[in-house]
Amino acid sequence: MNYQLSEEEKMLQKTAADFANKTLAAVAVESNENGEFQDDIYKKLGELGFLGMTVPEKYGGVDFGNFSLTLSIEQISRVCASTAVAMSVHNSLTNWVILKYGSDENREKYLPRLASGEILGAYALTEPSAGSDIGAINTSAVRKDDNYILNGSKLFVSTGDKAGAIIVFARTDPDDRNRGLSAFIVEPGFPGFSIGKVEKKMGLKASSTVELVFEDCVVPASNLLSEEGRGMGIALSALDGGRIGIASQALGIGQAAFEEAIKFAGARKQFGKRIIDLQPTKWKLAEIATKLEAARLLVYSAARRRDMGDTSTKQISMAKLFATRAANEIVYDSLQIHGGVGYTSEFLIERLYRDARALEIYEGTSEIQKLVISREILKEYSHLLS
Amino acid sequence: MNDVLIFGEIRDGNLKKVIKELITAGRIVTEGTGGAIDAVLIGKGASELSKNISGFGIRKAVCVDDDQVEKYSTEGYAKVVSDMINENGYGYIISAATAMGRDLSPRVAARVNGVMFSDCVDLRFEDGRCVAKRPVYSGKLFVEIAPVGEVPVFITIRPNNLTPAETDGGETEIVTRPSGVTQDMIRALATEIIPMAGGRPDITEAEVIISGGRAMKEESNFEILGELADLLGGAVGASRAAVDAGYVPQPLQVGQTGKIVNPKLYIACGISGAIQHLAGMRTSKVIVAINKDPNAPIFEKAHYGIVGDLFEVVPVLTQEIKKLM
Amino acid sequence: MKIIVLLKRVPDTEAKILINSEGSGINKEGVKFIINTYDEYAIEEGLQLKEKTGGESTVTVVCMGPEESTEIIRTALAMGADSAVHICDPALEKPTPDMTASVLAAAIKENGFDIIFCGKQGIDYDMAQTQAFLAEKLDIPQVNVISEFEISEDNKKAFLKRSIEGADEKVETSLPAVISCAKGLNEPRYASLPGIMKAKKKEIRKVTLADLDLSDISLENKSTIVKWLSQPKSGECKMIEGEEAAEKAAELARVLREEAKVL
Repeated sequence: MNYQLSEEEKMLQKTAADFANKTLAAVAVESNENGEFQDDIYKKLGELGFLGMTVPEKYGGVDFGNFSLTLSIEQISRVCASTAVAMSVHNSLTNWVILKYGSDENREKYLPRLASGEILGAYALTEPSAGSDIGAINTSAVRKDDNYILNGSKLFVSTGDKAGAIIVFARTDPDDRNRGLSAFIVEPGFPGFSIGKVEKKMGLKASSTVELVFEDCVVPASNLLSEEGRGMGIALSALDGGRIGIASQALGIGQAAFEEAIKFAGARKQFGKRIIDLQPTKWKLAEIATKLEAARLLVYSAARRRDMGDTSTKQISMAKLFATRAANEIVYDSLQIHGGVGYTSEFLIERLYRDARALEIYEGTSEIQKLVISREILKEYSHLLS
Repeated sequence: MNDVLIFGEIRDGNLKKVIKELITAGRIVTEGTGGAIDAVLIGKGASELSKNISGFGIRKAVCVDDDQVEKYSTEGYAKVVSDMINENGYGYIISAATAMGRDLSPRVAARVNGVMFSDCVDLRFEDGRCVAKRPVYSGKLFVEIAPVGEVPVFITIRPNNLTPAETDGGETEIVTRPSGVTQDMIRALATEIIPMAGGRPDITEAEVIISGGRAMKEESNFEILGELADLLGGAVGASRAAVDAGYVPQPLQVGQTGKIVNPKLYIACGISGAIQHLAGMRTSKVIVAINKDPNAPIFEKAHYGIVGDLFEVVPVLTQEIKKLM
Repeated sequence: MKIIVLLKRVPDTEAKILINSEGSGINKEGVKFIINTYDEYAIEEGLQLKEKTGGESTVTVVCMGPEESTEIIRTALAMGADSAVHICDPALEKPTPDMTASVLAAAIKENGFDIIFCGKQGIDYDMAQTQAFLAEKLDIPQVNVISEFEISEDNKKAFLKRSIEGADEKVETSLPAVISCAKGLNEPRYASLPGIMKAKKKEIRKVTLADLDLSDISLENKSTIVKWLSQPKSGECKMIEGEEAAEKAAELARVLREEAKVL
């Protein structure tokens, strides 16, 4: 299928694919089984430029853009979804946020080290009582002289205990629900910062997911992104990029599950035939391939449009909704095709199935995506309402 | 152009036995051309070693033994062979597709404007010229290729494919010849040979290969295969997965990016049978596969198969074979 | 040092390769084309030599091939090569090793060279001849199938190891020379993203036979392919039955001795 990639995009996709197939594949199974964070892999990704894809050259990045990031995350996800998640958060939710909303001082201070992979990025938004409801965030940030003092906790922070720069959302105005949030760059070395619970998850086991605890945490005022009160806007615009990243991750997982199904069905014989020669299997594969193709076109289109400066969220939400659901359906069908052995850790589909489940939940649940889409279409078609 | 020259490779003071397969090839050609077969042996002890090929109907065994050719050098040996071709007008120059043959043959072919067919697995004479069969596309396909016009034809033959020739009582004249090589002609010289540890035959020449895959789990487990290999005078091989995992060194890798082997017996232990691996060993005369997975692709290509744990099967197999010997 | 690396565009033999319907070659439909696997080791070795000798050293890739070869040339540039020469001419559609060597020799001489790296063979025709023909035409030594490479202090000699049966052969050669590379020599680097960016600005010099003064090169083919053949079909695998592993192993030993007669 020709997706009209430029020569550079083809080379980039090949590097990502080769890296995934050789270097990452060599450690993926073990690191996922043992829940190990792949420090060495991130170092190598940094050296190749994959951790600075949204950062301009003057800050040490390669600035290939959203579509290239999509291509890269898709390839990495085929082999290890955990690595892909860290890569997505790092590029879209940390680097991009600092680039867009940070002061020149912050950009110069953090971006080169993030782009090279010297430090990793993280994004702390969710709290125990604030998941989909961002407005319910109540980690507080109180201005005191040249600092903000943060108090509260954050939940489910990917790479939270490995990052050198974390975007933290806290409430600077307790009276304004939606416009009372602000965003800060927090370093783990700031006083009052600590790691809380380390989650044991169903999947994405090579990804580190932790609770962050702020107890009178001292954050320099210069680390405030943009202005006080801009937090909600920053969070939502960042999530646009993050959502494309997750949708790309879904493509990779779906592609892997699809290929695994073909490999297995082509080898497995029952009733004297390969199961791939049986009608039910062929039809299942046709459905899987179609869903995957539709998802891919939707995601690629959303990424390309974002590169062209299109800030609308509708297609991004559609891409996230569709691709993550498709991936879950695909891993389900692929596991069914595998039969009993697919339920064991001998086969890759077992991990793909567990990794896929998070896709419809994080960075905006499918329900939130439907909220966004319905809001957008009602605006678009408001002329049909009397 | 009717005469054939075969190249006898001398390594470690021995004449490589593949020369008997080259004689078979030479005979196929001369049966068609009506010409004679000469042999050239270059290196220390050539005259003495030429006795190994008397009685095979070779017309002349030319032995080149001076100091300049004691160690192999492409340009030194190329001088000898190309001079002989220019003097005698050989139409076919046949070597083994060994490291030396593969290095020397094309250089000589270039020097005398010949054409070369590399790594041939079969040969016949038809319509006044030879037709050689050789693998292409990493062994996925074969071509039958023939020369066009009057041109010296260089053929390298893969060991263990043709039947070694039997003696036919024919006499061979043994002559010595000065190499004609001077120091300044040699710009790349082999200075030392470092044998691989183990003392087992090279996998490309072994008659028996016991091969292990990723299922071997550890470097030390390859000793189980080694024991069986030693019992049968064979070599230990490995799949790419085992090499990449660091269980065995690269020279033991059988496959598309490893070595092509053609033993009489190939036992694949815990090897799934990826196409790339099969490319390296599929011409083995008897292939045995031992694997836990009944669906492993290797069973499609094997002659005999056991579904089982190699760690249980192989040691018993070794014991059982010991009993039979 | 002027380091030359030879590149060839070949079909990906890891995929399905079938004979075309006319029986005249392979069916190119759906076949992906890649850098010849062994050439990747050559590129990496060239880049490492450049890094080691520093200063004025450059790596120039030379590729004889169709228009589409620019893709692989660009990849080599993205890996770090400095410039490229692409010899592209419709007359070179089916080159022999002799023709290829003549053309490469002309291009390489024009560029200037101190050392030439190439892959040990092309994974399409697996002939492993071009490097010897090239070395002969340039009147320089050759060392094939190397597993280790080291250059002398004065960059005038190289010390190599090459694989022979059951051993490693140490070779010393004067430079310039043609060096063919094998798997295990090094670990080829990925084309990094900054590298891909930089490659956009690097020069690919495109030349025809006329540009190399080879318009009247002999295009005669000294060989002809009589037939293309697929792999012979394999028979059924005889599964050895038994209750336990021990029983199966014993039966296998018996079969190998009495039936297959290989013991």
